[in-house]
Amino acid sequence: MSARFAVGIDLGTTNCALAVAPIDPANGAEGADRTDARPRVFAIPQLVASGQVEARPLLPSFLYFAHESDGPQALPWNAERRFAVGEHARSRGVDAPSRVVSSAKSWLSHPTIDRRAGILPLSAPEDVEKISPVEVSWRYLEHLSEAFDAAYGGGDNALAQQDVVITVPASFDASARELTVEAALAAGIENLTLLEEPQAALYAWTEALGDAWRRQVRPGDVVLVVDVGGGTTDFSAIAAVEKDGALDLVRVAVGDHILLGGDNMDLALSHVVRQKLEADGKSIDRFQQASLVHASRVAKERLFEDPHLASAPIAVASRGAALLGGMLRAELTQEDLARILVDGFFPNVPADARPVAARRGALTQLGLPYASDPAVTRHLASFLGRQANALATLGLAPETPGRLLHPTALLFNGGVTKAAGLRARLVATLDGWLASDGAPPVRVLAGGDADFAVARGACVYGLVRRGKGIRIRGGTARAYYVGIESAVPAVPGIAPPVTAMCVAPFGMEEGTEAHLPAHEVGVVVGEPATFRFFGSTVRREDAAGAVLEDWGPGELEELAPVEVTLPAEGRREGDVVPVHLRSRVTEVGTLLLEAEPRTPLHADEHWRVELSVRGGASA
Amino acid sequence: MPAFFMSGSRAGRHPANLRAAVNPSPLPFGTRIWFAWACFFRALFDGQFAARVWAVREAPALPPAASAPAEVAPSPTAHDHPRTAPVSSDPTPALQLLALLQREGRFVDFLQQDIASFPDAEIGIAARVVHEGCRKALRSHAELVPVRTEAEGARLTVPAGFRADEIKLVGDVKGHAPYSGVLRHRGWRAKTLHLPQIVGEHDSYVLAPAEVELG
Repeated sequence: MSARFAVGIDLGTTNCALAVAPIDPANGAEGADRTDARPRVFAIPQLVASGQVEARPLLPSFLYFAHESDGPQALPWNAERRFAVGEHARSRGVDAPSRVVSSAKSWLSHPTIDRRAGILPLSAPEDVEKISPVEVSWRYLEHLSEAFDAAYGGGDNALAQQDVVITVPASFDASARELTVEAALAAGIENLTLLEEPQAALYAWTEALGDAWRRQVRPGDVVLVVDVGGGTTDFSAIAAVEKDGALDLVRVAVGDHILLGGDNMDLALSHVVRQKLEADGKSIDRFQQASLVHASRVAKERLFEDPHLASAPIAVASRGAALLGGMLRAELTQEDLARILVDGFFPNVPADARPVAARRGALTQLGLPYASDPAVTRHLASFLGRQANALATLGLAPETPGRLLHPTALLFNGGVTKAAGLRARLVATLDGWLASDGAPPVRVLAGGDADFAVARGACVYGLVRRGKGIRIRGGTARAYYVGIESAVPAVPGIAPPVTAMCVAPFGMEEGTEAHLPAHEVGVVVGEPATFRFFGSTVRREDAAGAVLEDWGPGELEELAPVEVTLPAEGRREGDVVPVHLRSRVTEVGTLLLEAEPRTPLHADEHWRVELSVRGGASA
Repeated sequence: MPAFFMSGSRAGRHPANLRAAVNPSPLPFGTRIWFAWACFFRALFDGQFAARVWAVREAPALPPAASAPAEVAPSPTAHDHPRTAPVSSDPTPALQLLALLQREGRFVDFLQQDIASFPDAEIGIAARVVHEGCRKALRSHAELVPVRTEAEGARLTVPAGFRADEIKLVGDVKGHAPYSGVLRHRGWRAKTLHLPQIVGEHDSYVLAPAEVELG
């Protein structure tokens, strides 16, 4: 059975979206739009209030565990469901926050928790059986899958039968990618590929422009994708090179995982408005605080839309049925906007500015490693500075390397970048850095679609994989290393020194394999062997098997440990078996590590090394 | 307010002979005003009715014999067929709309509160909340367009055969078409309306549940 549709799923931190296109429009399936082969955003049926189902283009990434008093959270395809996903779940997050899971995707990429353990919602009451970050993603995908099947009739049109592309942040490490695949498999989506969100945004942009995009991106260009969504900020650099006379796109660098987005900004605005209200002697309850965040967002959008508007009113109603009498009123001014959002989140900093590393700022919430520095521009400066040499391997680097990577074009993505004021500040700041480095300013690539580009682009990628259009190459966004503790006498209080062996080089392409020469590790039969695991977004030269005795500050980032257990079959428990490690990047886009005994008992004997095993600390 | 949604119950007062008219003569003006009003809400809330009217609009030349005479009116000017039988109008969509406007914009709270004693400034603040929420709800569920696109105040000619549910003649109403006059109100038409689907055992008469905070 071959797929009828290419389906792109944006599995977002705050919203999910799904786009679909017929693979062969001339031979479209029933229910398909025969005339239009372009990706269409699918309206996702979801509970929007108790007992009310509505199809909306965005599925808020919230999960609500119904209380016994709520009754079933019925859907047209399942009358007995005990939980709700989507808009109703989001609004229950205001009324009954302890029963609602939000930002599950940030938990999925949390390196120091067990992401397969039931931990969410964090402060759930006793009657709620907590579920794992993986299961939350599974539930979102399951909802999308069921909604798709309800609309398209299932059978050969079922989502499980289609070519599905699910997007992940470029900054997701190997284990977060694998856990995303795990969630998809649990939801019955097997015909699956992962795609990095900034790449998806670029695919969507090329699709929206048709062939015209080739006039805007030429060989030698470096496109910087700045993706500021609701919960995360993601940077990628994609270079255009000429290969055999044709244009080739190569993703050359990705940024770190930054938990910073529009939600932080709306929260910051609401705090300012709250202070104004409290200065007037008003007090605000939890319900009003949620309304305040919403009202601040609306006022913000209005002010950004019309820069001549001096201020926008904010009104928040009290909870009871009497609307008048308990209303709170404040103003949000352009000045507030400029001070809090433009200067607060997009300060005009020099190119050598770096994020403040202090932990636990004002914007943190228990458990999640939110960015402690709210300045997107400082994170961007750090990314470009770290990636100054990203083009060297492509032969594109300038003769005198600058202090930072020089993008020539800029593509915005994510809801925050809809605000012209914020875009302008970011461009001005970036142009300043480029000028100080003797490089020309960037061209902004217009025509993006901030809300749905990622889902559309994922769908486009599904078609591209079938040969319909140009494909962005790039391979793994990191090099991966296994930590090997040196055999030295133990010294109390001092951790034994660790060397890092590269198990997967930077830019390893899908479908390729790397054998590690020489180095062996010994594994005890029948006992799990755990290795420290590291990733690097900057070390491009390390080949598989390379051993690092030491490395520069920030070059290697420690990830969740990996683990392998050798079954006792055919061997004596307790024996130490020397193994080689080998790595493979699957067609899906995940990293597979395997341990191969030096003296196999039978041909091709090997064991899988599990990524993202339980971390040291719990949440 | 509830009277807006009671077009169904008024059906009994509607002259029964109208629905049998195969070769109709123009309706009296007063009847047309009432009828335009009733049609607006019925078309808004009764998808099947809207579809039938739409079919009439799309196929004005269809001979009456081509389908049930009561279902297809012979001319576009005669919107006189809807009541083929006493209709018990389902109030659910109307209740849903009220619930929606309450949920998104506190609409019912606003209308149910006695605002006489409050100063205009406070009413203005409340109006912002209600306006912002209800507008968003309305826009995401209905597409409303003006009936006439000309600027209000513009002179226009109303040709013979105009549809009485689209254009209401006011002022010194007399004579015969074509009429010349000034557009005083552009009118509104709901091009589309999508209301949520009801699932499970949901009581639509509850516009907003009582909220009891625990803990």
